[in-house]
Amino acid sequence: MIQKISSSATEALQDIADGSSILISGFGDAGLPIYLLDALIKQGAKELTLVSNNAGNQGVGIAKLIGAGRVKKIICSFPRQPESGAFDDLYRAGKIELELVPQGTLAERIRAGGAGVGGFYTPTGFGTELAAEKDTRVIDGVNHIFEKAIKADYAFIKADKGDRWGNLVYHGTGRNFGPIMATAARCTIAQVNEIVELGILDPEIIVTPGIFVKRVVLAGGKS
Amino acid sequence: MIDLSKVKKRSTADIAKRILQDISDGAYVNLGIGQPMIISNYLPSDREIILHSENGLLGMGPLAQGDEIDEELVNAGKQPVTMLPGASLFHHADSFAMIRGGHIDICVLGAFQVSVKGDIANWRTSDPKAIPAVGGAMDLALGAKKLFVMMEHLTKSGESKLVKECTYPLTALAAVDSVYTDLATIAVTPEGLVAIDWVEGLSFEDLQELSGIDLRKY
Repeated sequence: MIQKISSSATEALQDIADGSSILISGFGDAGLPIYLLDALIKQGAKELTLVSNNAGNQGVGIAKLIGAGRVKKIICSFPRQPESGAFDDLYRAGKIELELVPQGTLAERIRAGGAGVGGFYTPTGFGTELAAEKDTRVIDGVNHIFEKAIKADYAFIKADKGDRWGNLVYHGTGRNFGPIMATAARCTIAQVNEIVELGILDPEIIVTPGIFVKRVVLAGGKS
Repeated sequence: MIDLSKVKKRSTADIAKRILQDISDGAYVNLGIGQPMIISNYLPSDREIILHSENGLLGMGPLAQGDEIDEELVNAGKQPVTMLPGASLFHHADSFAMIRGGHIDICVLGAFQVSVKGDIANWRTSDPKAIPAVGGAMDLALGAKKLFVMMEHLTKSGESKLVKECTYPLTALAAVDSVYTDLATIAVTPEGLVAIDWVEGLSFEDLQELSGIDLRKY
């Protein structure tokens, strides 16, 4: 029998080693798996590489993890946020590495990683400082730059409902990076608001099929 | 010296309304964070203009109030919004496929500088202490079928934001189609910048002098 529901966040996160790479869904707070991030702070893994749209704000979630000195590098499109203080201080002190990526390129690099594509050419960023040292190519008369796929050890995503096969549906714009990140990690862990019986989620509306998900954790459940 | 006190500058609302004159019925439009978002307050009732939000929403409605607020339903500026009947939700790669794949008709962005060739600089200044953040600007600037820029004509110290070459870090090369400022509407053409209209109290010669670059009359 397939049982992807973890009994606790502690159990779901126990094998995360120092130096791991983790994709983290969210656009600001929408879709941010705060429950899993809090559990990761307790779990203790360090020297982490994070991939997320933002670098945290208001001292919670990613900001808390960065503030605790556990992040070596972050790959993101928009680190500047209200009270993104933890990141700002470490960045100015040269204590955290930043790889800044245009948001669409970030999404596409993750989609490529999840689809087994090594990389792609895109016009986005051509001629800007973010294209420095990247391969270029003219395709149909348009300048393109090469962008490499992103894959990671883990993905932490937030969904609304999930079942024991790992099928997921989302809520509102909280969906954002979740469905693509789920495809691009060796082990995807989903935080959900509700666990439902197998067969309850309408196959026509399932957004993330369970094949992409390894573990499902009920947010607010036993940590 | 041009006496700007006699010039009837456009307010932000006036610029928004001027931009809307150039957005037709049925257009899919993305409004950049900051000033361009104000345009959504003036959408005309006689046209269906569909707003796209980069974080995965088409058919975005007005900002959410009171009971409508759902922290998991936000715009690109992370403010809670509503959805109109017919709205759809999708993930980030689909959202940026709409942008990068040329499906969005018009994007309106703010800018620090626009060059005579239509280059745009809008994502970071030269301040070495500032935290760089690019978001969707580079994707939007190149991906939308048309790029409109909404900005003040002059900096606080009175320098033109229309320039021969951008001195701030570039967002995209040759991307801008039209610029809407508090003083004028400017089209970017292969032959250079063309002034489409300008405000009362300002002559074309004044506009030319303030802009500090070559302009042609429409």
